[in-house]
Amino acid sequence: MKKTLRIIAVALVVGAMAFWTAAGANRGWTKTRVPKKIIDEVTGLEGIQWRDKFVPGVDFLGAAFLGAGVLAGVSLFVRTKSKGSKNQTKQ
Amino acid sequence: MKTQLTVLGLVTLAGVALAAPQTFDFKDPKGINSAGFKLDAPLESINGNASGIYGTVWFDPTNPGATKGRITVAASSLIVPNPLQRQHMLGDKWLDAARFPTIIFESKEFKNVQATGDTTTADVTGTFTLKGVSKELTVPVKLTYLKDKLSDRVPNQKGDLLVIRSSFTIKRSDFNINTGQFEDKVSDAIEINLSIAGASPK
Repeated sequence: MKKTLRIIAVALVVGAMAFWTAAGANRGWTKTRVPKKIIDEVTGLEGIQWRDKFVPGVDFLGAAFLGAGVLAGVSLFVRTKSKGSKNQTKQ
Repeated sequence: MKTQLTVLGLVTLAGVALAAPQTFDFKDPKGINSAGFKLDAPLESINGNASGIYGTVWFDPTNPGATKGRITVAASSLIVPNPLQRQHMLGDKWLDAARFPTIIFESKEFKNVQATGDTTTADVTGTFTLKGVSKELTVPVKLTYLKDKLSDRVPNQKGDLLVIRSSFTIKRSDFNINTGQFEDKVSDAIEINLSIAGASPK
């Protein structure tokens, strides 16, 4: 159990880092929409169209690190069954 | 004599009709019209825009200094990329879009008018209303009159276009938007960039 929690914590950090990097390593806040510039040829005006896209930011990384920290913290309080206690049960 | 008076009357009426300002409707069917805004913040600046723009401007190409108009932005159309920031922005502590659904600029006077060809630059004084607070502002504008260009933009519709561009800065504290609060997180100054086109069908 202890080991499993720690493995999940590490996987969470590594997975979040990989996803954040793959999505463009955005050092701002997480975005769920991104602007796309469009130009009107007649007027020369530059407009913006928003399209739905999830871009993880530093808050996403922070949440993943926090989650991993909580899991690692919980793992410290999980008792490991010692071999001695197993033997005692068997006897 | 009677005929001469009639002709004179018709000529005068035609002159008045020609000199009358054209009415431009700024509800954009193409969805290009945009009011962008920017606020500085520590991690990254908050950039967004509003697309719910409508209003009317009366513009006379022969007398651009007499331009009058009123442009309204629907507060609910303000968008920023982060959903939580947008929720806060439209919430009661910031814009309170539910109680104050519109942002309005109504022009009163054009000053320092300089017209070159189809382009006019001027300083416009008007009333800017945001979150229920109205303040008089003077902002620089650039007007571009595009005669007979409406059909290029909207097929099968003849008419003229008027493009308005303006960039100016307001302070959120002037409009009771969290005055004196969170200035370390969100700047007091709000940069606004208006790029809109209106149509005057014939």
